[in-house]
Amino acid sequence: MFEIVEKSEVFNVHKIVVTAPDIARAVRAGQFVIIMGAEYSERIPVTVSDWDAAAGTIVLYVLEVGISTLELARMQVGDSLFAVTGPLGVPSEIKNYGTVVLGGGCYGIGGIYPIAKACKEAGNKVISIIEARYKDMFYNEKALMEVSDKLLYATSDGSKGKKGKVEDVVCEMLEQGQKIEQAFFMGCTQMLERCSEATRSNSIPTKVALNSIMLDGTGMCGACRVSVGGQIKFACVDGPEFDGHEVDWNELHSRKAAYAEQEAGVYQSYSHECMAEKKFKQELERG
Amino acid sequence: MGLTAKERMAIERNRMGEQPPDLRNRNFEEVPYGYTPEEAVNEAKRCLNCKKRTCVSGCPVEVPIPEFIALIAEEKFVEAARVIKTKNVLPAVCGRVCPQETQCEGQCIRGKKDSTQAVAIGNLERFVADYERENNLIELPEVTKKNGFNVAVIGSGPSGLTVAGDLIKLGYEVTIYEAFHRGGGVLVYGIPEFRLPKRIVESEIKALENLGVTIHYNSVIGRLYKVDELFKELGFDAVYIGVGAGLPIFLDIPGMNLNGVFSANEYLTRSNLMKSYLFPKYQTPMIIGKKVAVLGGGNVAMDSARTAIRLGAEKTTIVYRRSMEQMPARAAEVHHAKEEKIEFRLLSNPVEIYGNKDGWVTGMKCQNYELGEPDESGRQRPVPVEDSFFEFDCDQVLVSIGGQANPLITKTTPDIEINKWGYIVTDDWGRASRKFVYAGGDIVTGAATVISAMGAGRKAAKAIHEDLMKESNETTGDNGE
Repeated sequence: MFEIVEKSEVFNVHKIVVTAPDIARAVRAGQFVIIMGAEYSERIPVTVSDWDAAAGTIVLYVLEVGISTLELARMQVGDSLFAVTGPLGVPSEIKNYGTVVLGGGCYGIGGIYPIAKACKEAGNKVISIIEARYKDMFYNEKALMEVSDKLLYATSDGSKGKKGKVEDVVCEMLEQGQKIEQAFFMGCTQMLERCSEATRSNSIPTKVALNSIMLDGTGMCGACRVSVGGQIKFACVDGPEFDGHEVDWNELHSRKAAYAEQEAGVYQSYSHECMAEKKFKQELERG
Repeated sequence: MGLTAKERMAIERNRMGEQPPDLRNRNFEEVPYGYTPEEAVNEAKRCLNCKKRTCVSGCPVEVPIPEFIALIAEEKFVEAARVIKTKNVLPAVCGRVCPQETQCEGQCIRGKKDSTQAVAIGNLERFVADYERENNLIELPEVTKKNGFNVAVIGSGPSGLTVAGDLIKLGYEVTIYEAFHRGGGVLVYGIPEFRLPKRIVESEIKALENLGVTIHYNSVIGRLYKVDELFKELGFDAVYIGVGAGLPIFLDIPGMNLNGVFSANEYLTRSNLMKSYLFPKYQTPMIIGKKVAVLGGGNVAMDSARTAIRLGAEKTTIVYRRSMEQMPARAAEVHHAKEEKIEFRLLSNPVEIYGNKDGWVTGMKCQNYELGEPDESGRQRPVPVEDSFFEFDCDQVLVSIGGQANPLITKTTPDIEINKWGYIVTDDWGRASRKFVYAGGDIVTGAATVISAMGAGRKAAKAIHEDLMKESNETTGDNGE
C-alpha cells in the first residue's frame, strides 16, 4: 500500500506519485490527504494535486521544511509511505462562476491544477497565475496550461512574466478592467493574505486554501482552528477553503509559527548526509 | 472454601502496589503494579457471595462478578478470566479504566459503611486478564461457520472492537475502518500509557485479527466511502457506527486561540498516539508548559494534567467550576493527581486568557463560583459570584470541557436521524433510523465511559445478528422454500 511509483523534484518541491486506489476513486478538487513517511513521522497535510482513478494513484507536491518532510523527500520510487489518510476536507465549490482566477505559489502551483481543471469543465473562463522567485522554479506548467484559458507568471527577479507576485498580476488585471467573478488562492500564508487584500477592494469572492497545523484531520483535535468572521472554524473539516476576506491573518501567522523553535532545532541538528557523496559511494560500490 | 462470613469480613481491602509519586511523575510507566497472586486470592476471599448480586446490577455489561471472584479464591485465574469474557471482551482495559466506585464497587455491600472497603472488583478483573495474557493462556474462542453476511464497523474504539468481536464469533465477515494509523480509538489516542499500557490494546486488536477481523487503517468513512457506498459498492449487509464524540469544545472567551492553548484531545493525541514525549525520535513536536492550567474535572482533564507533570511542568493546576465532590473523574485518578502534586482551583471558571504580543499565553483571569440549586443532573449548579475574580500566571492551557458530535458521517449520510446536538438517534439496541445501520458509544450518548460504549456495542451486535438472521430467513422464504 501507498507505494511511491514516481518521484521528481523542482527546487525543493518534491512531486510524489503514490498508489492509493480508494483515495484516487473518492478525491475531489480542493481536498487533501494526511501522510506519514514512517511510523515515527509527523502527520502532514498535503493537497491532492492530481489523481488517476483507473491507475489508482494520486499526485502530491511536498515542500521540504522540516525533518519529516526531509525524510519524505529522500524516499525513492519503490518505497512505501507508512500512512496516507483521506481524502479530507470539503471539496472546492465548483460551478459556472464566469471568470475564475486561480493563484498558486510554491506547492500551490501544483495544488491549483485540479481546481482549474474542474472550473474549466464547469464552463468557466480560467485564468491561472503562478509565482516563483525565478523562472526555473515553475513546474507542472504544461498541464496547467491545458486547463486554463490564460496562464500568467510572476517572478521575484522578473525572469518570467511580471516582476512581482500573484497579487501584482491580479491588481494589474483589475486596473485594466478585467472582470473576475471568483478567485481561489493556494500557497504560503503570506501569499494568501496578500492576495486576499488585493481582491478585497473590488469585493471579489475569494477562497483561500488554509494550511494551518493539523494532527488528526477529522475534527477531533482542534489544532487547525482558525478565526473566520469571528468564529472558530476547523480547517480540516470546515475547510480547507475559507473566505479570504474574513480570515484573522495575524492569529493564523502566529499559530503557524507555534512549533518553529522545536522544528528548527531538530532540523538543524538532523544528521545531514551529503546526497552527492551517497550517490558517489553507491556508484563506487557498483564499480 | 471454609471461610465464614465473619472471617471474610475481617480481611482488609488489599491495596495495589504502585510507583511512588516522586518516581512516576517523571515517567510514563503504568502507575499501579497489579496484584500478586497472593494478594488477588486474599482479596477474592473478602467477597461475601451475596444472594442479591447488587454488584452485577451495577455493571453496565453484567459481568458475573461473584462467580469470577469465587474462581480467583480457588486460584483458578484463567477460568475466572474466561467467565468475565462471556460478558466483557476487554477486561484488562475495563479493570483499569472503569469508574468502579460508581458501578460494581459502588453497589458492593462491603462498601456500604466505608466505601474504601468495597471488594476491589476492578483490581481483580485486571489481575486475571493480565494473568491470562502475560502467560499466553488466551484461547481463541470458537468461531461459528461463516454465514455469508458482511458487516462494516466504523471506528476501532471500545464499542467498535466489541461489535467486531461478537460478530466474528457468530460467523460474520467483519471489516473495521479506522481513521488513524493505529487501532484502539480513545484507548490509544486519549488514555495515557501510565493509565492503560498500549501493549494491552495491541494485544486485544491482534486477538481480533487472529479471529479473522479485517482492519483498514487510515480510512475516514464519510470521506473515503460514504455509508451508502459501503452498502452499494462494497456490498456490506450492515454498518455499525462507533466513531466517538469528536469535536472538542473551546470556551467563548478572549484568548482561546493563543499559542499554548490546546484542546485536551490535541495535547493527549500528540503525547499518546504520536509519542511526542519521545521527540525528536518521534517527530511530532510538543510544547512543554512550565505552568499549566487544565480546564475541566473529568478523566480527560486528569489525564492531561498528569501528562503535563510527566512532560516536565513545574506546576499544574486544575481549574474546575464545581466542587471536588462533583468531579466526574474516577476517584482513583483524582487521588493519583493529588499525590502527584497537581493543584485544584475549584469553584472557579476562566473568563479571559492573557497573551503576549507574539500570541503566546501568559496567564488567566478566573471568576469565583459558588454552588446554587441542583440542575437537571441532580448536581448543584455552579453560580458565578459577582465581582469576584482572580488572576494567575500560566504558559499553557489545556481545555478539557467536553466535545460535540463529529458531523463527518452524519452530514454525508442525510437519511440517518440525529438529535439537536448532532448525535445519532437509535433505539435501545443501537438501531439507527436507517435500516441495517447501527450506532453506539459516544456518537450516540455524547462523552461517556469505555464500559458504556462496550455495553452499547454488545447490544448492537445482538440487534445486527437478530435483524440479519430474520432477513436471511425471509429471503429464503421468498424463494419459495
